[in-house]
Amino acid sequence: MKVGVVVFPGSNCDRDMYHVLSDVFHFDTQYFWHDKGLPKNIDAIILPGGFSYGDRLRAGVIAAHSPIISDVQKLAEKGIPVLGVCNGFQILVESGLLPGVLLKNESLNFMCEWTELIVENNKTPFTNKLKLNQKIPIPIANGEGRYYADDDTLKKLKKNNQIVFRYSDVVNGSANRIAGVCNEDGNVVGMMPHPERAVESEINPIDSKPSSLIFESLLVQMGAKN
Amino acid sequence: MATFDVHVTIENKPGISDPEGETILNDLVLRGLHKSVTKIKTAKMLKFTITEKDKKTAHSKVQKICDDLRIYNPMVSIVTVDVFDA
Repeated sequence: MKVGVVVFPGSNCDRDMYHVLSDVFHFDTQYFWHDKGLPKNIDAIILPGGFSYGDRLRAGVIAAHSPIISDVQKLAEKGIPVLGVCNGFQILVESGLLPGVLLKNESLNFMCEWTELIVENNKTPFTNKLKLNQKIPIPIANGEGRYYADDDTLKKLKKNNQIVFRYSDVVNGSANRIAGVCNEDGNVVGMMPHPERAVESEINPIDSKPSSLIFESLLVQMGAKN
Repeated sequence: MATFDVHVTIENKPGISDPEGETILNDLVLRGLHKSVTKIKTAKMLKFTITEKDKKTAHSKVQKICDDLRIYNPMVSIVTVDVFDA
């Protein structure tokens, strides 16, 4: 049950993610630097938040060309669960693993605040312990978090149940208030909010349980596999 | 072989909101006396310097780079490639 946390130049949530995976949920967790490959026996991959390559050109686009991404793609095709958080989500859309794009927030502000998510799909490896329509209090911290996809893509996302999380309120101008999506197979999930900053009651002023279920879902998923 | 300056302009497709352009228009330009301005769009420009046999080749080479490396995101952006003698 090995979980890989991919580190890019400019990642800055990798240690938070490692801590939560390793110390809170007791996964066998390992960092992987972006210019190396991934082992074939990896059981899940997390792309953490941050500012890979300083968001130069466009958030996530340069990291999407890192050597490790071809291994992430190969493992994703085999059904390995992949979660991208914030900049990790941006990298997943820029590498074509997830549909859509993340634009500058409508306010043009870097937004760092608590939001509330609604669970729209509880069939993914990261949401199987959540209930449909369950509310998740969770922080966002991004400048380019406004999800956009053209009308045809949005219709397809809805039809295929690929919208995983929506914001309860209009937060940043995201299309259909989308906060997280998955690929058609459901094993690759991207989300702008930061679950790793919300699972410990010491730093969550509202309720840490719903965010914890995101990681507990992965435990269930990997337990089911074994 | 000759050296060319190639300007790559990346801008949002029509219909994709451009809040930065709208802010510059509404809160800066139209606040002054420039009422004849009706629209401002922001864009990003990359300036390439490239050595190729002719302008046409320089253009197609840079266009291919933009397409292959996703210099622009085709879902939301359009790219314009202009070639000049260096």
